[in-house]
Amino acid sequence: MENRITSLFKRKERNILSIYFTAGYPALKDTLTIIKELEKNGADLIEIGMPFSDPVADGPVIQHSSEIALENGMTINLLFEQLKEIRKTVSIPLILMGYLNPVMQYGVEEFCTKCHETGIDGTIIPDLPLEVYEEEYKAIFEKHLLSNIFLITPQTPEERIIKIDSLSTGFIYMVSSSSTTGVKESENNEQISYFERIQTMNLRSGRLIGFGISDKSSFLRACNYANGAIIGSAFVTGMAGDSKIEDKVSAFMQKFF
Amino acid sequence: MNYQSNDKGYYGTFGGAFIPEMMQQNISQLQSCYLQIIESDSFKDEFKKLLSDYAGRPSPLYYSDRLSDRYQAHIYLKREDLNHTGSHKINNTIGQILLAKRLGKTRIIAETGAGQHGVATATVCARAGLECIVYMGAVDVARQSPNVEKMKMLGAEVRAVNSGSKTLKDATNEAIRDWINNPVDTHYIIGSVVGPHPYPDMVARFQSVISEEIRIQLKEKTGRETPDYVIACVGGGSNAAGAFYHFLDNPEVQLIAVEAGGKGVDTGESAATTQLGRPGILHGSRSLLMQTADGQVIEPYSISAGLDYPGIGPMHANLFLTKRGRFLSATDEEALKAALYLSQKEGIIPALESAHALAALEMIEFKPEDVVVVNVSGRGDKDMETFLKYFQSVK
Repeated sequence: MENRITSLFKRKERNILSIYFTAGYPALKDTLTIIKELEKNGADLIEIGMPFSDPVADGPVIQHSSEIALENGMTINLLFEQLKEIRKTVSIPLILMGYLNPVMQYGVEEFCTKCHETGIDGTIIPDLPLEVYEEEYKAIFEKHLLSNIFLITPQTPEERIIKIDSLSTGFIYMVSSSSTTGVKESENNEQISYFERIQTMNLRSGRLIGFGISDKSSFLRACNYANGAIIGSAFVTGMAGDSKIEDKVSAFMQKFF
Repeated sequence: MNYQSNDKGYYGTFGGAFIPEMMQQNISQLQSCYLQIIESDSFKDEFKKLLSDYAGRPSPLYYSDRLSDRYQAHIYLKREDLNHTGSHKINNTIGQILLAKRLGKTRIIAETGAGQHGVATATVCARAGLECIVYMGAVDVARQSPNVEKMKMLGAEVRAVNSGSKTLKDATNEAIRDWINNPVDTHYIIGSVVGPHPYPDMVARFQSVISEEIRIQLKEKTGRETPDYVIACVGGGSNAAGAFYHFLDNPEVQLIAVEAGGKGVDTGESAATTQLGRPGILHGSRSLLMQTADGQVIEPYSISAGLDYPGIGPMHANLFLTKRGRFLSATDEEALKAALYLSQKEGIIPALESAHALAALEMIEFKPEDVVVVNVSGRGDKDMETFLKYFQSVK
């Protein structure tokens, strides 16, 4: 079977909407409900965050959700347990996103095996550098048909982007500005010239723009320069509060359609 | 056996650079140019001049009659406590500020635990005329207030960190996040031999002046360049890295690293990483790390704010694994006793961190002819409140 991320980018070239949430937040049992509701409400791709105690690439919103998720008792083990039958009901691509240490402690090979069994299509591990991936982990990931997604930033030099493009099997995650997650970015010339510079590189991989995308207008703006965009902190913020989790997800998603 | 890092920053299996892409440019730049800069003659001249005229080096190597008598060996104290700003931390910050200037950086960030590295960073920034922001866990801001006031007086901005456990590990996270958000104008002065390559090697090189001087001073005083023991405390491990550096390839020199045992290694309130940790990744390098079964970092405990770090520099992890270093631990109580003893017998009030190294004297069987160097990494002014509380409790 073809990797679902690959199929998605073949099927849909524009306005791909990817949503990130932290597994175990707001409640431990919300994982499946959030995924199902996201699919029902039009998400094209979901990034499931595996919480870590020291998420250095994340801003306050995802730090906070990770802290609560860990207090709630979320672990990689439990997450796989929750996702065991996910492919009976959900068909859009699913990505696991988290930091390297918990994955290493779980065992990289075992983690990849489990991802494949569960129907996970890719991973985003921000502190796993390109070079280490290539030398130590690429073969394992490929064996289990997992796409590892790499990030690029406004500072990433062209030759490195070309290398990342050649190693990418899913898409390239374009960090919209030099920042941690959840920092709201207003449109500026520097950012647009970065987006345009990447656009003219004619990369073979699809591209999604993330970091600082929070609403329909920032989503559509980002979509002018890539195949779609990723919303993380804004969605996590929307999951707070007392109403039913289903209602919170659909209320958030309705703003995009 | 080679105990230095290779060109990718690995000490055996420890080290490396596990960083998000957002830090990649700054780290690659440092990796590709740090050696060229710090090995250049102009850098070395300036560094050396500042170490002597500004920081007050060389720091004395002092023969302690009273400790020698008590432990029946020849015991020398390397007096890093006499440096400007009160600890060894100034050696590294002088080096890194000169580097930052050469890289054209205009804004400096740092993390601090006890505040010694924060003060040392604020000091060199004041002199260099660079903006300085120090991240410090909210818990440490409260328990090390004299250092907070010093940093402010020196013109630095102290940002209290309220995330996570609000101590050194979280201050480091926050400094990394700042760097991610300010990649162009900012240099991050890491205070210990931790972080992604090239930091562990770079900081060790700046601190290596400690063991360079010990060799010269010991030769003058005893006719031999190498002692039988070098003893230093280890949190992240910068003073130990500096004290061990020029003895790494002298296997006859026993390198003793003393970790913070806290209330006891098995009490759940400890920072003895080599005993409680296993390989893991934090703050950009692979090393020994205190963590839960599923890889979440455990908040360590020590009475000393400079030693309660859940990891250890990759150089030390490798010294531990290869058994080149011998790792001991001293409890809060043992450190406090050692601090009191040195104060009353030698008139030297050591930092609580350094007191852990002194406490190890009780744990080693010396021969009468042994030459022992204990690195007194800092002075105890900042710990007076903790000392007073302890003395009241034992009265």
